[in-house]
Amino acid sequence: MVAKRIIPCLDVTGGRTVKGINFVGLRDAGDPVDLGRKYARDGADELVFLDISATVEERATFSALVERIAREIDIPFTVGGGISSLEAAGKLLEAGADKVSVNSAAVHDPGLIDGIARHFGSQFVTVAIDARVVDGKWVVTTHGGRKMTGRELFEWAHEAQERGAGEILFTSMDHDGTRNGYPCETYAALADLLSIPVIASGGAGSVEDIARVLTEGKADAALAASIFHYNEIPVPVLKRGLRGMNINVRL
Amino acid sequence: MIAVVKYDAGNVRSVLNALDRAGARDVVLTSDPDLLRSASKVILPGVGEASTALDSLRKEGLDSIIPTLENPVLGICIGLQLLCRESEEGNVRGMGVFPACVRRFVPDGEIKVPHMGWNSLTSLEGPLFDGIDDGTYFYFVHSYRADICDCTAAVCDHGGPFSAALCRGNFYGVQFHPEKSGGAGEKVIKNFLGL
Repeated sequence: MVAKRIIPCLDVTGGRTVKGINFVGLRDAGDPVDLGRKYARDGADELVFLDISATVEERATFSALVERIAREIDIPFTVGGGISSLEAAGKLLEAGADKVSVNSAAVHDPGLIDGIARHFGSQFVTVAIDARVVDGKWVVTTHGGRKMTGRELFEWAHEAQERGAGEILFTSMDHDGTRNGYPCETYAALADLLSIPVIASGGAGSVEDIARVLTEGKADAALAASIFHYNEIPVPVLKRGLRGMNINVRL
Repeated sequence: MIAVVKYDAGNVRSVLNALDRAGARDVVLTSDPDLLRSASKVILPGVGEASTALDSLRKEGLDSIIPTLENPVLGICIGLQLLCRESEEGNVRGMGVFPACVRRFVPDGEIKVPHMGWNSLTSLEGPLFDGIDDGTYFYFVHSYRADICDCTAAVCDHGGPFSAALCRGNFYGVQFHPEKSGGAGEKVIKNFLGL
């Protein structure tokens, strides 16, 4: 059986890894390649590098970084952040990315998913969806949760799959950063609805939280950032803990 | 010289990077039949879609040359599938080196398609897996898989067993991506380079 995946996510700007705390006071957490290599050695199954650059100068450093990651890291990695055209996705493929994740741009231009899937294959396109509960409904948001859209989570996730998404990365903006765990029922409903893998993101505070989303929540993978960056739950500790709960992970 | 077959089969950068990490020097990306024949090893990479990839091989006439090569040949992912007898994907006849059919995974409540992620191998056979234990995990990304046949050199399970590796004479194929499978993948690459 295919193992449940554990995916550290690294936010990158100006060629350095950062971890924002509520969008203020970015803390420098080191060289993305060094950190990525450490996670790979620790047993991470994949990596995500998210370009959070605010300026053109910062963004320019990113594709050179992607080439370096591809040369030096021997596990799959996804790059995301501000990818809004087929050309941008193609450049990242050439630089050596295994997948791209698209978020806001795909909500505004859903044909972007079809285009990337048709040109580079479904395995190359992850659709990231941020949503929060409004009046009892999961509403898709963009721009880091700040903008509401008219889309509903399940309907949009299904459309993304039909358009060729290879997997869905869903973050609950109501849970992100809380460390209180994931909305497992919502993840399970999403996993039942879709035939492609679902990645859970945002909300993990403990090994048990991640175990729950991978079992009750039926998620195929869990992505997290701060629990790994600040060594609160190192990858080997997490994976041994999950294995101890009879969850199929690669050790 | 290690020859990586150049054709329209998606991105080969990660294979070249992995060869570099494994210490291979003198690697060429080529579709020149003479270079393919004279290389010490040939790698047929491939991501994407089988019928498009095969059309591209045909355009270069490589579909008739590759099966006649006498040096060690390693097909990776779509590369393995093209070396099989036929594929449901685009309904194409392959190069027929391996007597296996390539079929699509059928998604149900239990399995997701594509088969994406790390899965463990059993029934490892042959020199590619020297020093690698049964149960070792490798990274897969694919929606089609080769049947079990008498050339199967490793078995993986995703809604049923399929060929994770094939071996016949000087031809080898791996469905997983050794270039993305960490230390275990590098070992497979080094084993191939050491043949």
